[in-house]
Amino acid sequence: MATKHTLTFVLMDAPFESARTTTAFRLLHAALDRGYDVNVFAYEGAVALSFAKQAQHPNAVHGRDVAQEDHPLSKNWIAALMAHARTRGADLKWVNCGLCVDERGVGEAIEGAQRGSPADCWKMAQQSSTTLVIPTK
Amino acid sequence: MKVRQIVETAYRATTEEQDDTVIWISHAMRGASAELGVLLTGNAVNYVAGEQDGSGLMLGAWRQTQPPAPAQDLAALMRKDVPVYCVREDLAERGLMECKLLEGIVLMSRNQLPRLFGEYDQVWRW
Amino acid sequence: MRGYLLIESRDPFESTGAARTCELAIQLRAAGHDVALFLVQNGVLAVRSGARRTELDKVLGTKIEVLADDFSLRERGIAPASLSGGVKAAPIDSVVERMAAGWNAIWH
Repeated sequence: MATKHTLTFVLMDAPFESARTTTAFRLLHAALDRGYDVNVFAYEGAVALSFAKQAQHPNAVHGRDVAQEDHPLSKNWIAALMAHARTRGADLKWVNCGLCVDERGVGEAIEGAQRGSPADCWKMAQQSSTTLVIPTK
Repeated sequence: MKVRQIVETAYRATTEEQDDTVIWISHAMRGASAELGVLLTGNAVNYVAGEQDGSGLMLGAWRQTQPPAPAQDLAALMRKDVPVYCVREDLAERGLMECKLLEGIVLMSRNQLPRLFGEYDQVWRW
Repeated sequence: MRGYLLIESRDPFESTGAARTCELAIQLRAAGHDVALFLVQNGVLAVRSGARRTELDKVLGTKIEVLADDFSLRERGIAPASLSGGVKAAPIDSVVERMAAGWNAIWH
């Protein structure tokens, strides 16, 4: 039987600010695609990635309505990866740093995103093959 | 598991957060029994400079009551048995070798980093 | 000995940080570790064959594997045929594989 790996990622960037967010999600997808379990500890601005009240908008510059623009929302990316994990027999555990959530007022997170603390980050890291911190600039 | 935390960017939202967020999370993880070491590189070496004073911010009637104090926070980490290292060349480039620096930090050269990394199970660069 | 995967996301012409990553890669290799350098995002701007010479050339002169994220290359119009000698286009899976193998992954 193939070894089941667990990888942990620590993210810091808020949505819509940096290419790091897209790269991070590509990494999560690649890991889940291989059937690895993935932990994410969202720290600082990254706690907004799972904010349930993100909303799409039209794009008048391109003459696109809301549906046509089909704007990416990180909360939808997370939901898609959670679903993808299930199809691969894997688990995506998403933990937001609670104090970071409070100060940003983004307590309404999508289903499946959990509230936690640095102690959870440490615990997840201990249970993983390795941990990658993707720092903000 | 022992982790080396690399702090490279100083004063990143430190006023809004009233902390350096990497020094802060290091304290929090140490509280959860994490075995850590901290390495300051790049402009983060300025955190060991004396006389840092981030107080006094006023916006309208709002006053900051708990300004960040990164040097004190590093000193507190050291009291929790978290060693703090600083890259000598980064201090020198910034004219800090002639200044009074935080006591207890360990200066090291950039070419010693592989040896330092080897003493830890993982290296997390923030 | 643990391997080291250094992930460089920044444009080497923007700051000295990318040069430091290259320097660290060489030092870790000299210390006997397996080392790979994965360039991603603006980090791939160093690898067009006509780019001004950077610290990356010193890395390419060693046994360190230098990989460039295929998505980042395509996004920036850098064709695989125009990569500096020794740089290989690679999928993001290259990072995940090494993480699963227990390599230290360090992002800049």
